[in-house]
Amino acid sequence: MSTSFVLNGKPTTLDADPNMPLLWAVREVAGLTGTKFGCGMALCGACTVHLDGKAIRSCITPLSTVAGRKITTIEGLASTPAKAVQSAWVKLQVPQCGYCQSGQIMSATALLETNSAPTDADIDSAMSGNICRCSTYPRIRAAIHAAADSIKAQA
Amino acid sequence: MNTKARSVLGSTRRDFLKTAGAAGAIALTIGFEWSLSTRRAFAGPAAAGAGATFTPNAFLRIGTDNRVTVIAKHVEMGQGAYTGIATIVAEELDADWAQIQVESAPADAKRYANLVFGTLQGTGGSSAMSNSWMQLREAGGKARAMLLAAAAKQWKVPVADLTVEKGVVYHAPSQRHTNFGALVATAATLPVPETVQLKDPKDFKLIGHTAPRVDAPAKSDGTAQFTIDVTLPGLLVALLKRPPRFGGTVKSFDAAAAAAVPGVVKVVQVPGGVAVVAKSFWAAKQGRDALNVEWDESNAEKRSSAAIMEEYRHLADQPASSARKQGDAAGAIKDAAHRVSASYEFPYLAHAPMEPLDAVVKLSANACEIWAGDQFQTIDQANAAHTAGLDPQQVSIHTLYAGGSFGRRANVWSDYIVEAVSIAKAYGADGTPIKLQWTREDDIHGGLYRPMYFHKLEAGLSADGRLTGWHHVIVGQSIMAGGPFAVMIKDGIDPTSVEGAANIPYDIPNIAVDLSTTKTGVPVLWWRVVGSSHTAFVVEAFIDEVAHAAGQDPLSFRRKLLEKQPRMKAVLDLAAEKAGWGTPLPPGKGRGIAVAEAFKTLVAQVAEVSVSKDGEVRVDRVVCAVDCGTPINPDIITAQMEGGIGFGLGAVLYSAITLKDGRIEQDNFNGYRVLRINEMPKVEVHIVPSAEPPTGVGEPGVAPVGPAVANAIFAATGKRHYVLPLSKA
Repeated sequence: MSTSFVLNGKPTTLDADPNMPLLWAVREVAGLTGTKFGCGMALCGACTVHLDGKAIRSCITPLSTVAGRKITTIEGLASTPAKAVQSAWVKLQVPQCGYCQSGQIMSATALLETNSAPTDADIDSAMSGNICRCSTYPRIRAAIHAAADSIKAQA
Repeated sequence: MNTKARSVLGSTRRDFLKTAGAAGAIALTIGFEWSLSTRRAFAGPAAAGAGATFTPNAFLRIGTDNRVTVIAKHVEMGQGAYTGIATIVAEELDADWAQIQVESAPADAKRYANLVFGTLQGTGGSSAMSNSWMQLREAGGKARAMLLAAAAKQWKVPVADLTVEKGVVYHAPSQRHTNFGALVATAATLPVPETVQLKDPKDFKLIGHTAPRVDAPAKSDGTAQFTIDVTLPGLLVALLKRPPRFGGTVKSFDAAAAAAVPGVVKVVQVPGGVAVVAKSFWAAKQGRDALNVEWDESNAEKRSSAAIMEEYRHLADQPASSARKQGDAAGAIKDAAHRVSASYEFPYLAHAPMEPLDAVVKLSANACEIWAGDQFQTIDQANAAHTAGLDPQQVSIHTLYAGGSFGRRANVWSDYIVEAVSIAKAYGADGTPIKLQWTREDDIHGGLYRPMYFHKLEAGLSADGRLTGWHHVIVGQSIMAGGPFAVMIKDGIDPTSVEGAANIPYDIPNIAVDLSTTKTGVPVLWWRVVGSSHTAFVVEAFIDEVAHAAGQDPLSFRRKLLEKQPRMKAVLDLAAEKAGWGTPLPPGKGRGIAVAEAFKTLVAQVAEVSVSKDGEVRVDRVVCAVDCGTPINPDIITAQMEGGIGFGLGAVLYSAITLKDGRIEQDNFNGYRVLRINEMPKVEVHIVPSAEPPTGVGEPGVAPVGPAVANAIFAATGKRHYVLPLSKA
């Protein structure tokens, strides 16, 4: 059984169980391992990808439900907000173990793509589904603000 | 055990250990002096120049392409070890930070032992920097000396006329310069110097100046390789069905339904349960869900955690082993003008690293290759060899980035590694690479928790408010019992059960600290900051309560008792000053202070909390002061304090593993609550300038946050909490 969708801008057909969570289809079938498994229940956000530009948890999203739609993973980030987020992540030295950071960056990017000047409350609301056991939270917050500032400076 | 009892990982004692467990073959020397090991590490001649590289020692190589590759003997699990290690080497080498790359060392204890652990390769006890400090400075310094000698030889000039800056060697008199790469061929033919003059710390260009993390870019674009990301031709994925209660074993199983799942290749029984080996995670998961196993639970732990705690409460009043006895605590308390008493309850805690445990094993008749975020290479190598029926030398380990650990991957049973090897063996040991993947539920149910503890304390105060007696009873499981570290247990005292309590820093004339070691069927392990994850809470919350009973400010009460501890007093003063201790706060808010020493690093924190009318606690701000000796990378120290505060705060406020009739009641991050971004306070970190040798920062930041918050809640509400997590109180 195959499912066709757009993965990181490229039309893609994956031959896999349509009930397979998108997370595993992306990782093990498409071979893109930047998206991570953390809980399998949409509780930690490590598996966050974009479905038509919105942050979703790929660990509970059956592959069949993305047929004909656009999926972006960390490997496919290309937008101005995405690049601003990634460069702020490095500049502010956000990652520690790094395992959750793909998901954090995907959530942060989705936030900035709809809200170019998020408040702390906006960040809490957009990011509280992403757990970081290293507690890089203060730097995640600072990096989102820094990314917003850099996008504004570019505009 | 004397009053200097410390975690084994921070031990300075000389103890010869023999493994009693499965590994059998490891001999560990704890407390081996680093200088001896350093001499040994550098005893041999330089590795012959292998053409295009200069490999002066085990810790670095330089290519003709001018790349400097630093070999890291410690796992990078978030604590910044790769960057710290590279900083030390690059500093004495005078390399340019941009030419540095880091590679993980193979499992080879002869070259890569953690000098704090003796002859054992591994990471833990916040020791990566402290044990590497002189070893890597020498490694970098000697390589630099050889590069200079090579330049002198090539240019036929005196070494004394040469200088090095950012990876370039200069000869000013002739205005010549060259990079390291051009000197590699010559340097590789030169002898390694016996000794080398290390830099004066005032000349440090990288140490103390925050080199950017070497792993930040790859961890910001999804390319960092963790164990879960390993792909090999023909790789299969295994999930293991384990007994639902600790101590259970497989009675029988029916593999038919699992084997019928498309993609499932084989179902195999191993000592730890029944494994489903499949072509993908999803197939293995569905196969495991379909697997029917009947368990023999005749020897399983069937108690509830409430019953275990009830037993602990009872044990606190029974005779116990003495961890510290100074003066006559009982007499002093009996004769005191005022007495204060309290007891505290701590739950089991899971480490819950974001990357669920995983290991890839490729096993054949005469070799076992392992990929893992490996934290105890020598022990894991021995346990894997024992499981596979091979010699440890036949086991190779590729240490990858670990997606967190917090102690979980450093266990003497090598549980997840042994599972993976036993599955590969049962599969046929035919060279098929197999990735054992734990799920989050496996992790939460998987044991090796921070133990439950019960603490009971009593203190005596004189009429003029002096602390005259202190009696502390600790009840809980031993982390070291039953493993090779059990030889560290002396006179019934596991040092990890009492560290932070037996060595209480306060100057009290009469002190008794007793330990009652319990047994349960629940396997336990060190968890970030080990004993101080509970002892620091108890000591600092109780001293606060005693200060209040004495009618004194908690800061000045502590200061008076720390006259003989100038470094501790200094961090306390720094945190208090930066936090504005003593300045007024609005109603509903409170400020609390705590200080702790862990792994020779001193940390003080002041927490500011808001408590709502319905009792909800919000931690607004934590001000942290840390003295970790010479600060190698101030930004990583800051990050570790921030992270330690968040990690400790989540546990203190929310986390608990509980058992109901032997079954774990939590399954995932819904039941096992950890800190999220909206619950993270603002954190300010202040580092005490120091020229002392560096000590660790990965764990100590965790210790004081709990009591600082608890004391702040008291300041805000007048109410003290004695049961953790605090949200349950």
